Amino acid sequence: MEIPTILGAGLIVVGAAFGIGKIGSSAMDAIARQPEASGKIQTAMLIAAALIEGIGFAALFAA
Amino acid sequence: MQKPFYVRFLLVATFLLGFTAFAQDEDASSGNEQGSVKAEIKEFIAHHLLDSHDFTLFTIDEEKNTHFGFPLPVIIWDDGLKVFMSSKFDHGQSVAEVDGNYYALYHGKIVKTDAQGTINYDEEGHATNAKPLDFSITKNVVFIIAVSLLMIFMFRKMAKSYSGSMLPKGIGRGLEPIILYIRDDIAIPNIGEKHYKKYMGYLLTVFFFIWIINLLGLSPLGVNVTNNIAVTLCLALFTYFITAFTANKNYWKHIFWMPDVPVFMKIVLAPIELLGTFIKPFSLMIRLYANITAGHLILMSILGMMFIFKTWIGSSMSFVLASALSFLELLVAALQAYIFTMLSALYFGMAVEEHDDH
Repeated sequence: MEIPTILGAGLIVVGAAFGIGKIGSSAMDAIARQPEASGKIQTAMLIAAALIEGIGFAALFAA
Repeated sequence: MQKPFYVRFLLVATFLLGFTAFAQDEDASSGNEQGSVKAEIKEFIAHHLLDSHDFTLFTIDEEKNTHFGFPLPVIIWDDGLKVFMSSKFDHGQSVAEVDGNYYALYHGKIVKTDAQGTINYDEEGHATNAKPLDFSITKNVVFIIAVSLLMIFMFRKMAKSYSGSMLPKGIGRGLEPIILYIRDDIAIPNIGEKHYKKYMGYLLTVFFFIWIINLLGLSPLGVNVTNNIAVTLCLALFTYFITAFTANKNYWKHIFWMPDVPVFMKIVLAPIELLGTFIKPFSLMIRLYANITAGHLILMSILGMMFIFKTWIGSSMSFVLASALSFLELLVAALQAYIFTMLSALYFGMAVEEHDDH
């Protein structure tokens, strides 16, 4: 039986969403611990989220 | 404060009722008609996502082929330069004749045809007609030029308002904090105090260009420049070339022959590192393109729901969702501009980094 490519894309998107969620929650924790570093944490969070998002989109367009 | 139970119950019930109303409506209407509406919406969205040779604001009558908008110049190279207005295509309905050659629009692309406008297909259903080189001023080009002119006007005016006083006047008051933010929070931390100045011009240009053009994409003009992959490719190439040409020898050394690494690993890592330099701008291109395309696609699909669920509840839900999503898209428009600038600055920072430690 052939597995449709869209299923793989869906799995990757779920993975990407999980990853971004994890980044968000860790950033929240970090900001709660050190509110004065929130600017730096946000920047690092956005970069990491953007890199993961790129993979998600690549999967979507490959499907 | 928690909402009383009956309020929550009512909320849930309203949502559920809405869905049952959809379901009934879908059952009641004939499947055939439903299919044609869906196909029409799909076609409309696909059309919106493409670049076009004329600037149409809205269609007055589909059958009579009357549209409100204006034609744009078509410039093609086909054994000589040929310039004519896109009104000759009559929105793709007729064949344009120029100097004895015939051209027609096929899915928004110009192809060479005979007088009847015949389009030949190969086995896979692709047109085999000759495609002349197309340098037309399309809708996207018009808006790229418009935004460029707007930016020149805005920033020249702002620069002039600094003469004689430290406080900018007019539009500069709004722009100054954004420019300072890009300098102090994007350029300096990523590139470093020493080298950031020569990159500021590019970073500011790319930030404001992407931001303004993304915002224009949300206006009812129906433009969408950044969901054209060619545009984002160009922007990414700018970042790539600036990184490559301003990089110091440390940068190249760390790519091809990194220090403090065994020789065998150097040989393994060099191709990976080299590939990495191409993947960085590639991901910039895909990210901007995909984010904006996905936003437009989802927004238009939600608006299209109005025509599928022909009940008041479907329309109002679609309206509410579309409004909420529009606000989210406002955020995404700024966020994508920020990320593009941020990552460009990061790559420039890597290129000029100095390693004093070894």
